[in-house]
Amino acid sequence: MFYSFIGYYALVLGLIASFPIFFFSIKNLKNNAILDIKIISFSFIQLLLVFISFLGLVASFVFSDFSNETVFNNSHSTKPLFYKISGTWGNHEGSLLLWLLVLTLFIFIFLVKTKNLLKNYRILTTLFQQIIIFGFFIFLINSSNPFNHINPAPIEGLGLNPILQDPALAIHPPILYLGYVGSSIIFSSVLAAASLSYISKTWATHIKSWILISWIFLTLGILLGSIWAYYELGWGGFWFWDPVENVSLMPWLALTTLLHCILVLEKRSILGSWVIILSISTFTLSMCGTFLVRSGILNSVHTFASDPERGLFILSFLFILILISLVVFFVFHKKHNQELVSFSLFSKETSILINNWLMMYFLSVILIGTIYPIFLDVISSKQISVGPPFYHKLIIPFLVPFLLFMAIGPQLRWIKSGLDGKGFLAFFLIMSFIISYLIVKNFGADLLVNTILIGSALYLFLITVRDFLKKRLKNFSQNLSHFGFSLLILSILLNNIFSSEIITNLKVGESFKNEKFEIQFNELKKFQDKNFISFKGYFLIKENSASEKLEPELRVYNQPNIVTSEADIKTTFLTDKFITMNTVQNEEYFNIRYQVKPFMLWIWISVLLISLGGIISLLKRKNL
Amino acid sequence: MKRRIISLLVVSSLIFVFIVFYKGLNKPSFYKPKSEISKIPQFFAKNFYSDEEIDSKKIFDEDKYYLFNIWASWCVPCKDEHLILSKLSKNQQLDIIGLNYKDKVTNAKKFLDELGDPYVKILLDQDGTISIEWGAIGVPETFLIYQNRIIKKFIGPLNENSIIEIQQIIK
Repeated sequence: MFYSFIGYYALVLGLIASFPIFFFSIKNLKNNAILDIKIISFSFIQLLLVFISFLGLVASFVFSDFSNETVFNNSHSTKPLFYKISGTWGNHEGSLLLWLLVLTLFIFIFLVKTKNLLKNYRILTTLFQQIIIFGFFIFLINSSNPFNHINPAPIEGLGLNPILQDPALAIHPPILYLGYVGSSIIFSSVLAAASLSYISKTWATHIKSWILISWIFLTLGILLGSIWAYYELGWGGFWFWDPVENVSLMPWLALTTLLHCILVLEKRSILGSWVIILSISTFTLSMCGTFLVRSGILNSVHTFASDPERGLFILSFLFILILISLVVFFVFHKKHNQELVSFSLFSKETSILINNWLMMYFLSVILIGTIYPIFLDVISSKQISVGPPFYHKLIIPFLVPFLLFMAIGPQLRWIKSGLDGKGFLAFFLIMSFIISYLIVKNFGADLLVNTILIGSALYLFLITVRDFLKKRLKNFSQNLSHFGFSLLILSILLNNIFSSEIITNLKVGESFKNEKFEIQFNELKKFQDKNFISFKGYFLIKENSASEKLEPELRVYNQPNIVTSEADIKTTFLTDKFITMNTVQNEEYFNIRYQVKPFMLWIWISVLLISLGGIISLLKRKNL
Repeated sequence: MKRRIISLLVVSSLIFVFIVFYKGLNKPSFYKPKSEISKIPQFFAKNFYSDEEIDSKKIFDEDKYYLFNIWASWCVPCKDEHLILSKLSKNQQLDIIGLNYKDKVTNAKKFLDELGDPYVKILLDQDGTISIEWGAIGVPETFLIYQNRIIKKFIGPLNENSIIEIQQIIK
């Protein structure tokens, strides 16, 4: 009650703090050579108020104050403390408040860290960012207030969806949001820079840090979500091309392309228009993701609430922002002659450009696959479902040139590169295809496709390993990320080829046997935990001479009353053993699903390596 | 000039996207059970009158049209639909099979005594799982079947128009 009260009024005051920021920014734009300190002060006050408001919500969750509607809908007094706290952002209202908190935090950091840059550029960035912040304030207070009051207060809450009660998922939204919201700074800053014709090397060097930060968080956020889906949803996959996964992958692709463009801009002062368009699209895609998930226009495991009114607000807001950015791009942005600087076909620029176009192609495939069903439904009332085969067929073939250019590009020089000393490129190419052929041939998988795919991934792998040995610390971060990517593709491919699965129905005491495994269902025990009852199955898996104990679980949660299936996964360096059990209607039998998934761990490790490359690159920079 | 055309194109396509999204918002979007099954599912069900287990394979095996009707005595629209079914039952080329959905047998019997029994055979689906297998959304629901394939699906009660439609297909 008390905390909700504080939270609500802090939020309203935070909105009011927007007005002096607008006022002083516009005033400061015309006169004075230096930035008015009041802008920074009010930004800080706003940040503080949003932070207090956020703490108010956290406190309401921690003390289980069910007179708060958000707490009532998403919490329960028997929930462990950790999940009470993470419940704060595990719902629509709270997650938006978190968005707002990060928005205000980032603009404050931006203002503090950019003392050496052009005054008007800083003010304009603040202005554009404040428009976004203002929009979010209105949205929160108007249609998704986290502090709605229920009178009389209910005694007990409805509980948090049990599949969200998970450590990986507790930190997944904040990390992902840091990535999404980081792109808002890039967006505001690019609009400011474009309208002041400030797109330059200095600007590129400065904004690169922000791009790296968003990119790192986005990568890690996607990774966490994927790990969660792997062990909690119990299907044994790590990427399902679910609309919500797609909407996080799209900004990632745009941001990765942007990262490469900004490198070119920093070194060569070209690709300015690419940078502008990509910055706008990255943020638009992040917002679009929020729109698609929050409005209920798409349905998936992640949808919290479907409320057309909220959807309409985000939609209108999104389009206003896009319109503003288009006006800036078409009216204010003046193309310089810089775009005329030429480079030869055989150069670093060319290979970066080719891969940029390939990434744009991947992005369009995912975009079409995600939103085309909506278009079709609205225009012709027909429904289609776009599944993994669509994405696989359209994306996988183009991974081959993508991987090859990723390997070759860093070996070339800027502007023009000769062929001398590049013999090793051809040598490695032939070698990796031979190795790949030998691997695939022995295992009788689809020969041609897999040889080419594994061959090109292996090519990138070998070239990057060679670079580690030859160039040592030069370009280390870039090389590490590329190495991680080759490892990722290799692990996914090998995982795909060598995975095996058994689905069978067993009851206690029975066992299943085929030429490779034996699965014994030995025992079923019942446990009582704080907010769920657990049924644990004890299994013994015999494979060749080795045997392994696995204990999957079925949990019956009390609030809300939901059954979840907890997989038991034994992870080793080379392979994952994954078992789940599910009830079969009205029988004492259980549906057992046992999977052997090689190189799962390497998929996670390689994504970590990719982001580690970004982290190292960020740390090497002297100032933000 | 070129710039102006491009900006005009971009803005108009944006407006188009906005309208589509706006309309999409007002459309209900929820996952439905698989409604596009064309082969009939396999199942075992108890006979309404004799309690014996029947294999689904042995029900629709003749060279005939079948109407598979999901009904219940507690379902009000089923009463109106019953008249239609009675009319259809006079057609010799069509066998009507009933699936009694989540019902009490005594109530269902009373229902049939009152309104007549148009069914060649009635199966029991007391926990509703068979109906889920069929991808049914509610009661009543009717499937027209020929050679083990679902030709047409009627969601909600049949009416005079459906009689005409069915008779045109059978002809």
